[in-house]
Amino acid sequence: MHPQPKYKNSAAFYDVDGTLIKINIVHTFAYYASRHASLATSARRTVKTALSIPMFWAADKLSRKWFNEIFYRSYEGASEDRLVVLAEELFEDVVKPNIYPRARDLIEESRRAGCRQVLLSGALDFTMRPLARYLGVDDLIANQLEFVDSYATGKLKKPFVAGATKADIMRSYAKQHGIDLGESWAYSDSFSDYAMLAVVGHPTACNPDFRLRSMARSYDWPVLDLDEAPDRSAARRPQGLAPVRRLRTGKAD
Amino acid sequence: MRAIRPKTRSHAREHIVTIDNDSAPRIMFYGENFMCEDLPVGTRVIYPKRPMTGVANPKAAIRYALNHPEDSDPLHAMLQPGMKVTIAVDDISMPLPIMRAPDVRQLVLEIVCEMLADHGVDDVHIVIALGLHRRMHDWEIKRMVGEKVWNEYWPDRLYNHDGCDPDGMVVLGKTPHGELVEMNRRVAESDLTIYVNLNFVPMNGGNKSMAVGLCGYESLKAHHTPKSIVQSNSFMDPPKSYLSHSFKRQGDLVEQTLKVFHIETVLNNRCFDGPLSFLMKNEDDFTESDRLKFQAMKWTLDKLPFAARREIFMRQPAAYELIGCYAGAVDPTHERTLAKQNEQNCVEVDGPADILLMGIPYISPYNVNSKALNPLLVQVMALGYFYHMYRNQPILRDGGVLILTHPCSDKFDPVHHPSYIEFFNRVLTETTDSYTIEQKYQDELAYNPSYIEMYRRGNAYHGAHPCFMWYWGQRGREKTSRVIVVGADNATVPAIMGWETAGSIAEAIAMARGTMGRSAQITMLHHPPYMISDVM
Repeated sequence: MHPQPKYKNSAAFYDVDGTLIKINIVHTFAYYASRHASLATSARRTVKTALSIPMFWAADKLSRKWFNEIFYRSYEGASEDRLVVLAEELFEDVVKPNIYPRARDLIEESRRAGCRQVLLSGALDFTMRPLARYLGVDDLIANQLEFVDSYATGKLKKPFVAGATKADIMRSYAKQHGIDLGESWAYSDSFSDYAMLAVVGHPTACNPDFRLRSMARSYDWPVLDLDEAPDRSAARRPQGLAPVRRLRTGKAD
Repeated sequence: MRAIRPKTRSHAREHIVTIDNDSAPRIMFYGENFMCEDLPVGTRVIYPKRPMTGVANPKAAIRYALNHPEDSDPLHAMLQPGMKVTIAVDDISMPLPIMRAPDVRQLVLEIVCEMLADHGVDDVHIVIALGLHRRMHDWEIKRMVGEKVWNEYWPDRLYNHDGCDPDGMVVLGKTPHGELVEMNRRVAESDLTIYVNLNFVPMNGGNKSMAVGLCGYESLKAHHTPKSIVQSNSFMDPPKSYLSHSFKRQGDLVEQTLKVFHIETVLNNRCFDGPLSFLMKNEDDFTESDRLKFQAMKWTLDKLPFAARREIFMRQPAAYELIGCYAGAVDPTHERTLAKQNEQNCVEVDGPADILLMGIPYISPYNVNSKALNPLLVQVMALGYFYHMYRNQPILRDGGVLILTHPCSDKFDPVHHPSYIEFFNRVLTETTDSYTIEQKYQDELAYNPSYIEMYRRGNAYHGAHPCFMWYWGQRGREKTSRVIVVGADNATVPAIMGWETAGSIAEAIAMARGTMGRSAQITMLHHPPYMISDVM
């Protein structure tokens, strides 16, 4: 029924946190912190993570590079086996329920158009693998923790997947796979991914933050809201019209 | 506004007024506001006909049509217990503005659904036949179909058509001209399809209902081309419309393949009533109260921000009334529909104009409940719909000058019209040639996965829709020598579309006379409500 894919040498690059899923790497780390063998350690690490959030937030506002350095130090001493095994549980318990309602549909449309599907995430690779498998993407590019004797050193392997480096990684990827970036798509929610969006011919802001939304308006980039399930369009209802109620759930749309 | 002396005109020619020395200034829509301007002596102003009286009992008229169809068995005779039925309904693009509740589609649906239930037909789906238009919001659907149908059918059996669903569409075949005919799968697999149409302009209804309302992109691109627009003289005159001929070929294939019962409804043109009824009047006939009301409204609109002005207009549903309902086989039903519609909307006009003046209102078929009438839609209203509102010969002679009033602001609705933004800012700045756009950009926009996602699950028009909108104005662009926009708030938007700007109507007319001469015949179309000029 549908015509042959139009795009032969195109790729779609997706940022993950905030773009395809509602959570971010701090949620992931909090999950690991709360899943310790000892109850006391779990509680201590959870509290410590909670107290660090303002610092992480400030570091992220100043520089994504600083944030990565500070944040991933929290993983120091964690065993590789434990991280990988818990990643499957993390996906089932935390990531999967937080995938945006229309994320899979978007990937499906893009695949149907003939684009190669690539997740490009600043999160850790082992936490992203179950998601990549679930979404059926072709490639996953994510940050990698450095391990010595199977224990994390708290440092990331270079290059860090963040900011302008994402654009460099995409260029290399395109060269390697014969992809035309001018005929490719990039999806992100954050202004910090400006470089990633600017390097392709079809940038799309997904669930954008305020700065990216403003930029998308200025540059005439499309804005997608993957959080808005079909037929749930209350925001557009003129004031004064009664909310539409679903018969079965009784919830306002 | 000056005091106006009452004039005496014969009822037969009351829709044509020639401006003289003491004529009142004329009111023209200017987006979400008005312009009130003196026009040169000798200017011909064409008004719509008065609204015809609505049928006394709309439900009885609908029932009569279902029981006395054109060239078909009555609907009840086509029903059998256990059969699979799909009801397709026109979307929100018509009428304009939206009509006061109950919508005529609600009346038809309630009667049809009741009849189906009485005959033991339980497998019934209602599909909003939106073609490649945007999906209707849930609250829009509820308002259109009414509480009763909504409660019974939403959301599993009442939903929007999806022309990009690979599993939801089938190919019925090709016409002798090679035009692909796609169809909504549910419709194709039904024992009977009932199409509920609201006919507002002559290009709609008939074969277009099924062939366009329930098709996909591959099917639509067979006739939504610059060539078919240029060869339609005009597309509001079906016998002379290349577009209609293509719909007919596709519709014939649909009729051969599927069993369809068409129900068509015709409305009068009571666009404004109550406190706004003066907008339907000739300005020479304004009472003191009308003048005060207009001045108060203009003063208020001048003071309000754009969003508030838009909200005010969008909250004014029209008081349209049903003047005809016909049912049965597609062609004979549509023939009766068109006859009734022309009785309401066609006005006789002696000869074409050299300079045509028109106000562009705040609404078009494609921006109902949107944040703005974007520049591309201003273009389609001027060079597409209003230019084509004629029969016999064009209301603006070939080589004439078109003057329109609209702010032409660089405003787009990113939810409803995302691909319009790219089209306007990227494609149109590279080329304005429709044929190049069709070859080079149309498929790119159509297959863009972001736009497909926005069309299928958001509320966006299909990616290729802005291309069609540009083609819609192709004949107007080719046949006019100049397009001058009055009151544009920027020069860039008109320039991108190849238009000139003027600060006032007087300046625009002086510019137009520079091309057409001092004795050029000037005509103003006084709409909405719209009218179709029968140019003799």
